[in-house]
Amino acid sequence: MAGLGSVPVPTQTGVAASAVRSPSTVVAPRHTAVVRTTHWIITICFFALLITGIEILISHPRFYWGETGNVLTEPLFKLPIPSSRRLVPTGYGYVLPDQNGWSRALHFEAAWIAVLTSLVYAIFSLFSGHLRKNLLPARADLSWGSLSRAIRKNLRFERPGAAEAWSYNVLQRITYVFVILVLFPLVIWTGLALSPAFDSAFPITVTLLGGRQSARTLHFFVSLALLLFLLVHVIMVVRAGFRSRTKAMITGQTDTPTERT
Amino acid sequence: MSLEETRHSSYFSRRKLIKTGLIAAAGASGLGVAARLAQQYGLVPPDHGTLYGVGETLTYASHRLLTRHSLAREFSRSQISERPLPNETAPFSEEYKRHQVAGFSDWRLTVDGLVDRPGSFSLAELKSYPARRQITELACEEGWSYIAEWIGVPLSHVLNLVGTHPQARYVVYYSIQPDWWESIDMADAMHPQTFLTYGMNDTDLPSGNGGPLRLRVPRQLGYKSVKFLTHLTVTDNMKKFGKGLGSSSPEAGYAWYAGI
Repeated sequence: MAGLGSVPVPTQTGVAASAVRSPSTVVAPRHTAVVRTTHWIITICFFALLITGIEILISHPRFYWGETGNVLTEPLFKLPIPSSRRLVPTGYGYVLPDQNGWSRALHFEAAWIAVLTSLVYAIFSLFSGHLRKNLLPARADLSWGSLSRAIRKNLRFERPGAAEAWSYNVLQRITYVFVILVLFPLVIWTGLALSPAFDSAFPITVTLLGGRQSARTLHFFVSLALLLFLLVHVIMVVRAGFRSRTKAMITGQTDTPTERT
Repeated sequence: MSLEETRHSSYFSRRKLIKTGLIAAAGASGLGVAARLAQQYGLVPPDHGTLYGVGETLTYASHRLLTRHSLAREFSRSQISERPLPNETAPFSEEYKRHQVAGFSDWRLTVDGLVDRPGSFSLAELKSYPARRQITELACEEGWSYIAEWIGVPLSHVLNLVGTHPQARYVVYYSIQPDWWESIDMADAMHPQTFLTYGMNDTDLPSGNGGPLRLRVPRQLGYKSVKFLTHLTVTDNMKKFGKGLGSSSPEAGYAWYAGI
């Protein structure tokens, strides 16, 4: 490694224009304003969806496969938690308070905001080149050798190099693309499948998933996968430097030397 | 050599100010026009003013645009649940118990409000109208569901008999149980699968499932399918009922529209 000087940084190609330095010259932000704003709106929505999702789940902590399922049918599995409804036999001698009213309302409101925000993000990513430049992994990085090197580096808990303060590494890119292009669409799809009115207009939404109860079970597992992503994401941010990474996502600026020649 | 991108960061001109102002004004008036149009086309639910009104309105409006005439999924006979869950756990009122003892022989459904011929119908009268059957899923907001064959007369049949006024917008319906009432818009009220249901799986509708009379609204969650139905009122304005939120559900924190 030749040191900081040779770190490849994602920049515009207008090299010649930057020869003249003036006080009004500012560094391009680590994250664009659109990425930063949508990131935090979706973060808030995610927590709202998670908390309200748990509340809704407590009213029936049993999961089924197929079209129908209720306390008279055999569950696929049960969560060993108390319930907010008397109807559910949980083995606990008490019933939790019912929080479904506001939880459902906030769940759907947060879902609307998250989906509309994601739409802004998706359009921006497609047309600004964010998807191509910052998210899709480079073809060279997808070779087995390069991937296993990246994984080994991660497993040895090596601190990320300076380059990663300015650009996502290949594992990050793969994870983000998977979350954005697979988990988000899946959680929306399985959620929509639980709407009887939406299903009446687009029955394939639920039939393709194997029925209403299958859709509910899948919604639960995709949500778990998203929760796992959140935990790993936060652990990685802490490993890379919580203050600097969070500052970069709030202000767009990073503590990593910007003097790149 | 610097690779920094040059950008004028704090460039704040009059032109920018005017542009921002125009966009804001256009946005605000656009929202105003959208709100008026939504109101005019019946895309605003009665509980739109609550804390989560924006989400409720977006859901209801998009569903009304997408699902006005769509039919709830119907299933084959083999998919009928072996044991349709009798989920009624609330204690029955004294009035209901009296009807139960009498075998529901004098149970009546009263219909009034914005109709030409207000009246009341006995179960025998309702059963004398052309019976319809549907094998649909009852899905509770808690997460469970079952499939049953529901037998009854479409609500539209009775509404046509009494003759609803052209300005009718909602049908309000009441259970014999205290403080249990709901309402649906005319799209759901006139929907071919919205039944005054008196039978299930070739028997009379059992008490545990809402018998002797239950409104089935299969495109919405179970709590809109009010059990032990005794009274319908046709109206053009939900403000006159309860707290004006559309039904007892929003008063208890639940959404009026339960298509989701």
